[in-house]
Amino acid sequence: MATVEIAGVGIHPFGRFDTTVTDMGVDAVRAALAEAAVPRGGFQAAFCGTVYSGVAAGHKVLGALGLTGVPIVDVEAGCASGGAALMLAAGAIRAGQYDTVLVFGIEKMPKGIIRSSFFEPWREEAGLAATPAYFALRAQRLMSESGVTKEHLALVVVKNRRQGVQNPDAMFREEVTADEVLASRVVCEPLHLFMLCSPNEGAAAVVLRAGSAEGRGRVTLEAAVLRSHLPGSVLGEATPLSGLASDAAPPPTTLAARAAFEEAGLGPADLDMVECQDTDAARELLSYEELGLCPPGGSAAWIADGHTEHGGQLPVNVSGGLLSKGEPLGASALGQVVELTAQLRGRAGPRQVPGARVGLGHTVGRGANASVVILKGSS
Amino acid sequence: MPGDLMPGDPMPGGPAQGRVPVHDRLFTADGHLLGGRCGTCGQHHFPVLRTCPYCSGAEVAEVALSDRGTLWGWTAITAAPPGYRGEIPFGFGAVELPEGIRLITRLTEPDPAASSFGQPMRLEIVPLHTDDEGRTVVTYAFAPEAG
Repeated sequence: MATVEIAGVGIHPFGRFDTTVTDMGVDAVRAALAEAAVPRGGFQAAFCGTVYSGVAAGHKVLGALGLTGVPIVDVEAGCASGGAALMLAAGAIRAGQYDTVLVFGIEKMPKGIIRSSFFEPWREEAGLAATPAYFALRAQRLMSESGVTKEHLALVVVKNRRQGVQNPDAMFREEVTADEVLASRVVCEPLHLFMLCSPNEGAAAVVLRAGSAEGRGRVTLEAAVLRSHLPGSVLGEATPLSGLASDAAPPPTTLAARAAFEEAGLGPADLDMVECQDTDAARELLSYEELGLCPPGGSAAWIADGHTEHGGQLPVNVSGGLLSKGEPLGASALGQVVELTAQLRGRAGPRQVPGARVGLGHTVGRGANASVVILKGSS
Repeated sequence: MPGDLMPGDPMPGGPAQGRVPVHDRLFTADGHLLGGRCGTCGQHHFPVLRTCPYCSGAEVAEVALSDRGTLWGWTAITAAPPGYRGEIPFGFGAVELPEGIRLITRLTEPDPAASSFGQPMRLEIVPLHTDDEGRTVVTYAFAPEAG
């Protein structure tokens, strides 16, 4: 099977802009194609991750560049849309169908709680379409089962916001203190406003190529996995109205992580850094546990002792995470790949994790959909 | 809340009584929650579907779910979520029923500090808002068991 190489990456900053979603996509795609030195006609397929951009959104981006003619497939998998697009592209290259594939993600979202056609109108009318309330229930269970406190949740925000200061593509670039986090208004107890990421706008693009793992500065895609939820849990991103009185079913993040580690032939101990879903502060801690990075119940100690700080044993979200960058759904997973690629090439500037060789990116959201990607740099 | 119905009372269906359920497949005629029980795997679910969401079984029986349960998780919603026209804040949580399922539900208690894990709970049918035709739209909620 072919090795899949990251040939180039590009990003349009995440934030709030007057630019159209198409133009943000154009910026990211042009940057990635230029970095990969892909000439016109140099890629054989394109996959575009997006949720709210409407019909043929990927075609509009490539249409603006006169790069249509190849298959263009829009991929919707909630917060994991970019991860899903990456999985499809990598699979096609490994199967020998294509040599070079363009993957991009675009989004321009309204402010506030995300309205989703996922919910039936009656469910909205009854007040049961409140996604942050599901996050709050899950945060409450994590607190009761893993010894996590509100102070631990605040530490996640403090860490990610501090790390986001160094990221010019992030939306929020000011530090916050734990006191400020805990003084921000309660959205859904125990979650305060500063503990929730902001839906926003942005784009990211990645060129994948059948290549070799050899050569200085090369970064390879070792795994790109997407999984959905198993029936059972009432707390997950699937946001059902009922489930079983049992916690036996592994969550989609765990399913995706196990498959990705197997695909890569690597394990959590091989990771030098992680970019994970931090839709809310509790989601980051839960991700440590669901990804198998720390033992069950170990996330509180990890955030308290600085294990996941930049400079800690396993830095998490050195990009600032979604809490600093905001979350443009279709672009967020590929934004993680842009960050990991820069890190594994040793070109992340003040954010650089020294000696980073292996990195993992994780998104999970509506569907439920969870994606896990593992990237490896050559030394 | 005055005028709220208890399970066992005649269902507030029909414009004649001026009350309409927010969705027509939520309640049994006597005001219990209308769930599904799979003839293949025996698991319950809510709201009722044509097929079992656990084993794909096609023999789903419509059943009245228990109106008593225990509190498994809770929070409060302090800002109106998209498409919601009722009052805020309101309680939101998960209640475990004897059938072995957890329901996501509104809670009548909007103060998170007033609830506790495992607290006995009871189904109530509560008003949401008044619709354009002047009818009271009602939905399900769980309230702390009295006593």
